Amino acid sequence: MSAETLEKPVEKAVKEPLFSKRRRKFVTDPLDDDNPVTIQVLGICSALAVTVKMEPTLIMSIAVVFVIVFSNLIISLIRNTIPGRIRIIVQLGVIATLVTVVSEVLKAYNYPMYKVLGAFVGLIITNCIVMGRLEAFAMGNKAWDSVLDGMGSGFGYAWVILTVSFFRELFGSGTVFDFPLFEKIGLANFPTNGLMVDSIGAFMILAIIIWVQRTRNGYVEN
Amino acid sequence: MELFNLGIKSIFIDNMIFAYFLGMCSFLAVSKKVSTAIGLGAAVVFVLGITVPVDWLVQEYILKEGALSWISPQFAEMNLEFLQFIMFIAIIAAMVQLVEMIIEKFSPALYGSLGIFLPLIAVNCAILGASLFMVQRDYTLAEASVYGVGSGLGWMFAIVALAAVREKLKYSNVPDGLKGLGITMIITGLMGIAFKSFIGIAI
Repeated sequence: MSAETLEKPVEKAVKEPLFSKRRRKFVTDPLDDDNPVTIQVLGICSALAVTVKMEPTLIMSIAVVFVIVFSNLIISLIRNTIPGRIRIIVQLGVIATLVTVVSEVLKAYNYPMYKVLGAFVGLIITNCIVMGRLEAFAMGNKAWDSVLDGMGSGFGYAWVILTVSFFRELFGSGTVFDFPLFEKIGLANFPTNGLMVDSIGAFMILAIIIWVQRTRNGYVEN
Repeated sequence: MELFNLGIKSIFIDNMIFAYFLGMCSFLAVSKKVSTAIGLGAAVVFVLGITVPVDWLVQEYILKEGALSWISPQFAEMNLEFLQFIMFIAIIAAMVQLVEMIIEKFSPALYGSLGIFLPLIAVNCAILGASLFMVQRDYTLAEASVYGVGSGLGWMFAIVALAAVREKLKYSNVPDGLKGLGITMIITGLMGIAFKSFIGIAI
């Protein structure tokens, strides 16, 4: 994570393609090797809290991707004018404004979902992934790079929480996106597991995802 | 009695960690040693105990629909609720700063042990979460104060217990992929099952 922030800016003479190899890495790295949830241990709170059903999880992922990308972009554009001592407040201000936008849009266009997500939309402000990317990347990189980096982290977060919610909804309620999967394949009496709907299921599923992913990548935490 | 009940409920049943997953980042990151866990826990109790009532006052007298009518009747139509997030996060950051300065002035020893954790708390979701839940559930000022302290104690309880388990865990042979985060999640899940046994208690 720190290595990429130290990278020298590319020389101006050579025009870099919009999706050069170096830039593609910003998006692909956080998906797997440097995943914000399973490797960097950030943004766990909301990864667990909204994942009972897939639909709210999808909305939450879109909201988080939006907030990360735009806060990265804004902070990166004004990074040279932010005094170092008050940068946390400035960052929080930008994030809180974007989250307010998301929350108002959700309230206007999808009120039932706004009710389901409740306080957790507001809690995107304290999602450490957003803060972490601003601090570690956007404060020292150009706008387009920061946007790509935000997308990478956002999608890395999104696939993890979507996977968690897939298993929780499937085994907890027997449905996928409210589609009764077990019933349709002739297992109408498939027993659902109450633990999956509960918080405990979230911890266990996430632990298993972490286990599988880290074993595949050979990542060992000391 | 009602208040006492709410306090017990917020510590054990509506536990910030096991029921709502709030404050997980620092819960996982700072739970390697019991002594630091106690320090961070105490700081969280402190900040929650102050910010939740303060946020209640702000919500009640500034942000809520018609809340500004105490200034003059012509503000009765105002609804500033869309400013909620920004106001709350600013209050939290300011309170953390204030608490830091007060502790530094009056108790240098406590400051020495809490010092590094205090700035971290500003971005702890348990603090913002408690304030947002407080608004959602329409608590009164007394209830908000009890809820703030209670949920802080519950959080502290959870992190100290997890740190104690992890100190022992150092000597266990855990599969490579599960080391660190993985096994901690599983332990938290098991502790969550234990906490479920409190459901339904009322005093």
